[in-house]
Amino acid sequence: MAEHTMVAALNAALGDALDADARVLVFGEDVGRLGGVFRVTDGLQERFGPERVFDTPIAESGFTGMAIGLALAGWRSVIEMQFDGFSYPALEQIVSHLAKYRERTRGRVELPITVRIPSFGGIRGKEHHGESPETYYVHTAGLKVVCPSTPLDAYRLLRAAIDDPDPVIVLEPKARYWTKEEGELSADGPGIGAARILRDGDACTIVAYGSMVARALDAADALASAGVHARVLDLRCLSPLDLGLLGTCVRETGRIVVVHEAPLTLGMGAEIAARAMEAAFDFLEAPVARVTGWDTPYPPAALEGVYLPSVERIAEAVRRTVAY
Amino acid sequence: MDIPEHWSGSEPVRIVAPDGRAVGDPEVGLDPEQLRDLLRQMVFARHLDRACMALQRQGELTVYPPFEGQEAAQIGSAAALEATDMVFPSFRELAAAVVRGVDPVQYLAYHRGSWHGGPYDPRATRFAPICVPTATQICHAVGYALGQRLDGADGCTLAYFGDGSASEGDFHEAANLAAVFRAPAVLFCQNNGWAISVPTGLQTAGEIWRRADGYGFPGVRVDGNDVLAVYRVTKEAADRARTGGGPTLIEALTYRLGPHTTADDSSRYRDDAEVERWRAFDPIPRYRTWLAAAGHADDGFVEACEREAEERVARIRADLIASEAPPDAWVFDWVYASPPESFLRQRAEALGDG
Repeated sequence: MAEHTMVAALNAALGDALDADARVLVFGEDVGRLGGVFRVTDGLQERFGPERVFDTPIAESGFTGMAIGLALAGWRSVIEMQFDGFSYPALEQIVSHLAKYRERTRGRVELPITVRIPSFGGIRGKEHHGESPETYYVHTAGLKVVCPSTPLDAYRLLRAAIDDPDPVIVLEPKARYWTKEEGELSADGPGIGAARILRDGDACTIVAYGSMVARALDAADALASAGVHARVLDLRCLSPLDLGLLGTCVRETGRIVVVHEAPLTLGMGAEIAARAMEAAFDFLEAPVARVTGWDTPYPPAALEGVYLPSVERIAEAVRRTVAY
Repeated sequence: MDIPEHWSGSEPVRIVAPDGRAVGDPEVGLDPEQLRDLLRQMVFARHLDRACMALQRQGELTVYPPFEGQEAAQIGSAAALEATDMVFPSFRELAAAVVRGVDPVQYLAYHRGSWHGGPYDPRATRFAPICVPTATQICHAVGYALGQRLDGADGCTLAYFGDGSASEGDFHEAANLAAVFRAPAVLFCQNNGWAISVPTGLQTAGEIWRRADGYGFPGVRVDGNDVLAVYRVTKEAADRARTGGGPTLIEALTYRLGPHTTADDSSRYRDDAEVERWRAFDPIPRYRTWLAAAGHADDGFVEACEREAEERVARIRADLIASEAPPDAWVFDWVYASPPESFLRQRAEALGDG
């Protein structure tokens, strides 16, 4: 069976989408000849030509706005923000137009635009290369936000994002770009809006997404050897949330620990905690715990370990929650 | 600080002087009926604009941004486009919208507070939604233009924006992108002297049209109160764009005779004497004088224009007042193509049918 890195899976998803629909375009900074700084677009310009896969000037706001105009003209753009920290110039276009255009035109103009953002830390990057921007997008009505944790799911989610009639923000966990997974690349399976259980357990549910999923699984492994069987829920999609499966997990395990790299305050953990309470308050055996980055800027490489939720911090939160 | 007047510096392209005399070649490729139509449209736009000011005072519109004084800039440019071209407006382009065939009642639903963006069909009218975040629409226009180029379509895209918008990063990014991708775009700046309270002289230290040179495409400065000159430079830019010649930046010098919006008190930053002085540059009497001198229109035609405008505006006014408030469900109806269940629960709660 074939083995894929997340970069290769994303590359295949783009190639297959370009192949499937002649109206799909891929553009951004260095995505053409170079194939992207992470090589996610490697070889695509050669394969599909410089009219469909092209470099733009360094203008995140400008090329995001351009994708909107292209959508009005019937094109389906996949744009790449080179790094999370460089996506902010495009926020006005995303918040004021990308998210709202469908509503502003009473459904007459759909914007099937995919915004890929290599996100989060854990790669010993420079400043502005380790940001967790999800709350900005999740808080904006009209956007969908997905965040794959494994190569095969990255393929599936990116294909679904490109096919979606609405704009989708794809937060790609850089720290997982070079991890491998065995299997066939396929667009079939859970779509946008569905979470998945990656490991079953009954003592507690660890809710995670992106690169924190692997750490949650490691923590569950460590806990299992001590007889604590934690379930791991991979959210996959941050907007809309799979509230059905979250509610099931609350009812079946009674305990929730949410893990994310983003700062604590108003992070996804706050929403998960509130939704867990709304869904099944009577089933909760302990307060929902949050294991997150701190309310600080993302630190330099030498201090990443202080900031990022570690396997031990996650395991400890589960132990505390189970013992509550 | 000595604030330079925004019309100082380079001489703009001009065909008809403020006193109505032809100072350039008036042959712009329009027949007498089309020449008369430019006046008819400007007279109508003036009536409509004033009616909108009154409608706001009467509580029928929430806030309204008047364009009085800018009729030639908008109508001359919009009239120079083909039906297959696309327009991305800012928020003061009602006159251009009407030329493009947008239903004024639908357009004014925006200023009535009935809907965002504009409930007209942007694709059918080839007039994009009203755009308030300044300069963002220029990026959309360049994208649309690039799409036209990729499709091999015989069309171009015009973006309207103001002198204030030209200070935004999106103006620069859009202009640069248009140049690099050789997009068939016309970047049409209505320099009306004021960005709310800030005069052009504090907005930019140079001349806006000259920036085109830095991007690598043609720029032109035109007397924006001279409808024939505006028509000519826009037509040239649009023709060049459609035939693969790339973008053009047009700076149309005009003047906003009214406040920024009905919520603005312009007496706080400019005096009546300035406005009165600019009345002498009013685009409508200027063109009317030339049209009569050229033998294309007589008093009877002018009177008919006024009468027809009054009648049309009265109908628009009545239709607008009679237009129904949007149903509550519209708050939810177009946010997502397929709304998630949690969203539908909010909808049901809000509408009381959950």
